[in-house]
Amino acid sequence: MSSKDVILDRIRAALGAGAAVPEVPRDYRRGAAPPDLDLLVERLVDYRAVVHRTADVPGTIAGILGSGTVVVPPGLPPEWLPPGLTAVPDDDLPAERIAAADGVVTAAAVAVAETGTIVLDASAGQGRRIISLLPDLHICVLRPDQVVASVPEAVARLDPRRPLTWISGPSATSDIELNRVEGVHGPRNLHVILLDAALPEAG
Amino acid sequence: MTTFLGMPVHAPRGVGHLRGDEPFPVAARTALANPQLRRNLHHATTTIRDKSGRVIAELPDWQELRAAGSALKAATMARLPELLDQLEEAVTAAGGVVHWAADAREANQIVTDLVRATGQHRVIKVKSMATQEIGLNEALEQAGITPVETDLAELIVQLGDDKPSHILVPAIHRNRAEIREIFLRAMPGVDPSLTDDPPRLAGAARRYLRETFLSTPVAISGANFAVAETGTLAVVESEGNGRMCLTLPQTLITVMGIEKVVPTWQDLEVFLQLLPRASTGERMNPYTSMWTGVTPGDGPQNFHLVLLDNGRTAVLSDEVGRQALHCIRCSACLNVCPVYERTGGHAYGSVYPGPIGAVLSPQLTGVEDNASLPYASSLCGACFDACPVKIDIPSILVHLRNQAPHARTEAAVMGAAAYTMDHPRLYAAAQRAAKLARLPGRRGRGLPPPLSGWAASRDLPEPPKQTFRDWWRGR
Repeated sequence: MSSKDVILDRIRAALGAGAAVPEVPRDYRRGAAPPDLDLLVERLVDYRAVVHRTADVPGTIAGILGSGTVVVPPGLPPEWLPPGLTAVPDDDLPAERIAAADGVVTAAAVAVAETGTIVLDASAGQGRRIISLLPDLHICVLRPDQVVASVPEAVARLDPRRPLTWISGPSATSDIELNRVEGVHGPRNLHVILLDAALPEAG
Repeated sequence: MTTFLGMPVHAPRGVGHLRGDEPFPVAARTALANPQLRRNLHHATTTIRDKSGRVIAELPDWQELRAAGSALKAATMARLPELLDQLEEAVTAAGGVVHWAADAREANQIVTDLVRATGQHRVIKVKSMATQEIGLNEALEQAGITPVETDLAELIVQLGDDKPSHILVPAIHRNRAEIREIFLRAMPGVDPSLTDDPPRLAGAARRYLRETFLSTPVAISGANFAVAETGTLAVVESEGNGRMCLTLPQTLITVMGIEKVVPTWQDLEVFLQLLPRASTGERMNPYTSMWTGVTPGDGPQNFHLVLLDNGRTAVLSDEVGRQALHCIRCSACLNVCPVYERTGGHAYGSVYPGPIGAVLSPQLTGVEDNASLPYASSLCGACFDACPVKIDIPSILVHLRNQAPHARTEAAVMGAAAYTMDHPRLYAAAQRAAKLARLPGRRGRGLPPPLSGWAASRDLPEPPKQTFRDWWRGR
């Protein structure tokens, strides 16, 4: 008898005949609600992300990091990068090279306004999970149409077959006296550029 | 062995960390005599209660989410064989390998063999209750494999040659000054000018572990959730050590209790809202990683999932007690418990401390092996109110007390308490009376018998200014 059979038999014996399966009441908030971009910004800032609302991506990135190297996923729009930075495209870069970069620039899949969360799904504009993990600075560019109001809407938009990383602020810990302290193993600096089509492209 | 194969059995003796060396009242006395420990615990639990209360109050539908979470867990238990089958199929289809472990020994053997097959002698670990429960680190060490805990609190515990005392924050009994001392004493290459500033302490851990992350090709994790429908695993964390372990190595081994499965992808929308707010008191924890089998070119290319029983089916066989399996390990019940706040986690003997530990550990081991734990509670009910999946811990405690008769005086008091619990008006009155009872001094002098006898060997918890029930009603 395999351990699988043993365990499944034990479970059936434990449950006895005809265990009732209760109905799950889903009376919590679900379905689409208009996302509140101001709330997203407030919640991101509350957990120590730096937020830029702008239509000028390269100018903003140049303001965050004037010079140096940034890892970029293969599908990142090249026009997002300012001329002063050296882009290192991730073509299966070794971990040491990624860790040595000054930052990483990615797009995003979804953002949740209520929780101040950004989700990456490893598609072409976001790249492998490792590139947004090792550099100490993560610059994430977000489109307004990627923002949803709540967690249920984000879950509905995401594809579970892709590797997903939910990010809410920079790396932090609550392990010292249960206070949130930013900055352990993940990027200690998270900048979110929220594209705002209504704003003019400033220099 | 005399047990029939296929009948639920308890977690075996002689392996793992579900049984303490001494009964709760004896162990608690040591903790109660340590004023620094009590100050640390009081500060930490007060902080987390405030934070959690604030972010829970932001959600207009918290009670509806709790109801959904509770029903989802009950439905999962009722369909467990089918869901585990489905999970195995989905994980396998996505390129993972599923193993089944009837108890701690089998799980330790499976993991040890998998690590040996890689030829490695060191593994990095994400904090995981299941691997602590089965004593995996000891088993690996015996096999000549070094497990490196990468969670900050686990690192503090490991470097301090200490034991975890809280589900979420294993080093909750240490304050910043003590953590600094441990780092200065035991962390190789630590900067001797390290201060007790928390960001500096976190920075020291970052520097210390970075090279280990980059050079260790095998990782071991637990799992918060596994989706039967899709085969997706989820790990919820804060520091990024989880992401490191789940992303950088070539081989990932995840050990998960069979009760952690959830039916559908959509169900995560409930638990991802309940867990962080109840646990760390955040709207969302900094990082949650989700993966389904193996993704070519991204992350570990070998993924093993070990499904663990180790007494869980015995818990499942008790119709009253089985709801202890609904636990999502948030530790909210610890943070509101007046007994935990006084004794800390070590007194419970098991890796599962606090109210949930008092109902889970005796059921996993058999009540006879943890007979004092069902009495490690004042039955005040704060744990029930705080539980994000509405586990009725007080009722399970009373149920287990009937299976583990205690000293007669205590049984009488507990019986009276149980009667009071069953009569909410009386209970509310008793709680208000307890609030006035700053009047009984230490050791319960001034309390009427039989409570005075019960209190003789205990420090009475300081009653809160406002009872949890009053606070809850007033929200």
